[in-house]
Amino acid sequence: MMKETPTKGGPDTLSVLVGGKAGAGVDRSGTILGKLLNRLGYRTFIHRDYPSIIRGGHTFSIIRAAKDRIAAHREEVDVILALDRETFTLHQHRLKEEGICLCDAREKTVLPHPRAFGIPLAEILREEKAPAVMTNTCMIGAFAKTIGIDFTLLETILRQELRKETELNVKVAKRGYETVKEVLTIEPLRQEILPLITGNQAIALGLVKGGLDAYVSYPMTPTTPILHYLAGVSGDFGLDILHLENEISVILTALGYAYAGKRAAVGTSGGGFCLMTEGLSLAGMAELPILIVMGQRPGPSTGLPTYSAQTELLFALHAGQGEFPRFLAAPGDAEEAYYWSALGLRISWEFQIPAIILSDKDLGESFYNFDRGLAGDPEALNLLPEKEGRNSSANTGQDLPYRRYTLTGAGISPLAFPPLAGGIIKVNSYEHDEAGITTEDPRQTMVMQEKRLRKAEYLARALEAVKTVNTYEGENQEMALLCWGSNKGPCFEVGRRLGLKVIQPVVLNPFPTRQFQQALTGVKKLITVENNATAQLGRLIRNYGFQACGQILKTDGRPFSLEELEEKVKGAIA
Amino acid sequence: MTAHNFETSVLNTWCPGCGNFPLLNTVKTVLQELGEGESPTRPENLVLVAGIGCHGKIVDYLNLNSFYSIHGRVLPVATGIKLANPDLEVIGFAGDGDAYGEGLEHLIYAAKRNIDITVIIHNNRVYSLTTGQFSPTSPLGFPGRSTPAGSPEPPLNPLELLLAGGATFLARGFSSEPEQMKQIFREAIDHRGFALVDILQVCVTFNNLHKYYAERVYTVTDHDPADYLQALNKIKEWDYGAGTGGAGSGEEKERIPLGILYKREAPTFDRRLSPGGGRSRAATQEHREALIEKILANSK
Repeated sequence: MMKETPTKGGPDTLSVLVGGKAGAGVDRSGTILGKLLNRLGYRTFIHRDYPSIIRGGHTFSIIRAAKDRIAAHREEVDVILALDRETFTLHQHRLKEEGICLCDAREKTVLPHPRAFGIPLAEILREEKAPAVMTNTCMIGAFAKTIGIDFTLLETILRQELRKETELNVKVAKRGYETVKEVLTIEPLRQEILPLITGNQAIALGLVKGGLDAYVSYPMTPTTPILHYLAGVSGDFGLDILHLENEISVILTALGYAYAGKRAAVGTSGGGFCLMTEGLSLAGMAELPILIVMGQRPGPSTGLPTYSAQTELLFALHAGQGEFPRFLAAPGDAEEAYYWSALGLRISWEFQIPAIILSDKDLGESFYNFDRGLAGDPEALNLLPEKEGRNSSANTGQDLPYRRYTLTGAGISPLAFPPLAGGIIKVNSYEHDEAGITTEDPRQTMVMQEKRLRKAEYLARALEAVKTVNTYEGENQEMALLCWGSNKGPCFEVGRRLGLKVIQPVVLNPFPTRQFQQALTGVKKLITVENNATAQLGRLIRNYGFQACGQILKTDGRPFSLEELEEKVKGAIA
Repeated sequence: MTAHNFETSVLNTWCPGCGNFPLLNTVKTVLQELGEGESPTRPENLVLVAGIGCHGKIVDYLNLNSFYSIHGRVLPVATGIKLANPDLEVIGFAGDGDAYGEGLEHLIYAAKRNIDITVIIHNNRVYSLTTGQFSPTSPLGFPGRSTPAGSPEPPLNPLELLLAGGATFLARGFSSEPEQMKQIFREAIDHRGFALVDILQVCVTFNNLHKYYAERVYTVTDHDPADYLQALNKIKEWDYGAGTGGAGSGEEKERIPLGILYKREAPTFDRRLSPGGGRSRAATQEHREALIEKILANSK
């Protein structure tokens, strides 16, 4: 076999696709392959595509490794690990001319590709008395050899990732390793090795950092992994994890926690969020802090449960009856997911408002490198001016009787929790007076409405101190791509390749008008890139007097690949 | 130390003669007494949760911690408060439309989990605040404003449902019998686990059943509430008018048992959440920080 180095194309070094039937361990293989490349010092990104099926159906992951930070996948791949024949059939068009495909030796005769290498999987598994599910481990072993990775490194990662039947897995991988020769050489890079985590994990860790006490949820893709992850670490972090009867109960129970002084977050997707809207409105009226992680997936209704979309921006901004302030951030990668989840929780408590972290399936379930230094310190920001009472739970002793909704300049009342000796804490879903007693008085109604809305002004002011709009400064400052959420990855990379400016607002409510205006300086043509049919961010910015003059939209549930986006951008700017 | 004042200055807007008045007064007496004696529950440790309906106003009338929730959502709020701070004594108030209609799923789950709270149902068997429609416990044929020809649905027997659901304390009272209500409330609050008290509360405006109840209610005696089958029989003795074609229309007078109908001990939800008992709240931010670093180090 020839030994060669992969062709250099941009910052890309290697893209590997692993595919097979749902239940064949494709996902786990993706993680192992990702960590393998990550350990070599490459910046790594894993895109995961799976159907809403437990067994059978085609699943694949694309693992991409590059010298620089990446958060997008390429259409084209260098290596295909075909756990079944369908994988090759479905994805052979992606394979580069000089790419290779690893498959079962029995398929080798069927697969027409000149660089398809057959691994005697069945034979190895039979000889090692290993179950069929270890096919992937064997394949990974072979892969490691083809790209010239030292087996010791693979073994370390296998031991870290496979807690069951570890020895057998290592043995099977070794056998796979020994069946092939080195084909490509992937040189290790001398740079810091970063953690490789999913967006969901970053959100979970951010919540913990933000002081989370309880996570309450009803399973729903794509936020279910947050529930699973936090349940797994709940003992270590001292968290209450509740899986309740439905999303109505989820948000109301979380509000019960908030009333009693415990920081709660909930996680769901569009359908569950529909059920939560009455609770969201209650949080607005009763001024109870709550953080909602809203992971988007294509709708309407059940839609495509395991795919991705950006269709709930306007829904999340407007959900719930009545008018009340809310905080909404749409992070674009793991660092932002961590930072804004932590800060979002803080904001919801300091301002006593609901906070929404708008995620999507791609952000939540893709693996990203996570550079904590880059993420920033979510505790560093001073949210409230000194005179407004930095610690809003203070001053309960001096000015008794305590009134839950005491009027203040910023509209933020001192927060206290039962038991409060000598004090009564009343919260109310009805319009209420400062003590929390129901009222229908016209003047009182106006005063309290203004009080609640005032908090939004102060929040907007506080957020001036943080970067709420990210920009990538290309050579061409007149042409800019506008994006939000998980489109940050593809847009920043395409922007870099084409020399375009990229603008990504992370906070979408209160809308960062000043920072957005600043980002637009000199921009003559703004093109919004979104995974929805109606350019929701494009419509949102119009409310603030801005206008996108072009739009690139995608509604098939799949994220933009770099090639696809680049082609569309070229068309749009031509 | 001066005694806690349970009164608020809020004008009471229940109709004159409403069964909610004796219910409110009884609750007040019970809560006052809870604050006395050997191991008193101090007023600041009490939290009341109400839904939406005539019943809900009770929290405006009591100078105590309260969460005036939304329609049907007393149970999840009460559950959250109790889990967040198990030292609080959480008492929920809900109407029949609220707990047996809009929020029925939460009620069954509260029973199933045996969350350590008390729920008092102001069961007037009609929607009153929305001006007179049939409720989940209105008798078959009830001529409400949405069903002028008579309700086409037989009523639920909520106690039977909750018995099947796993409730550990079920009782029935009558708003015109405050002494008995008092005893039941006291025991319900003392009960460790989910306690539900169904109060036949007279609505003088839309469903005045005072006379009807007065002629039929009796207090259970020689009844072992720990015996599931005895409890089931007592609970099934009266079906809330499922077959009568309407209150008072039956040929034979049904008998309506009052008192504690079922009671058993079982582990409570907050205990079960952490089998070792005493949930670990200890994790400080420093401890968390160290753990986050460790997790990240292991994610390479």
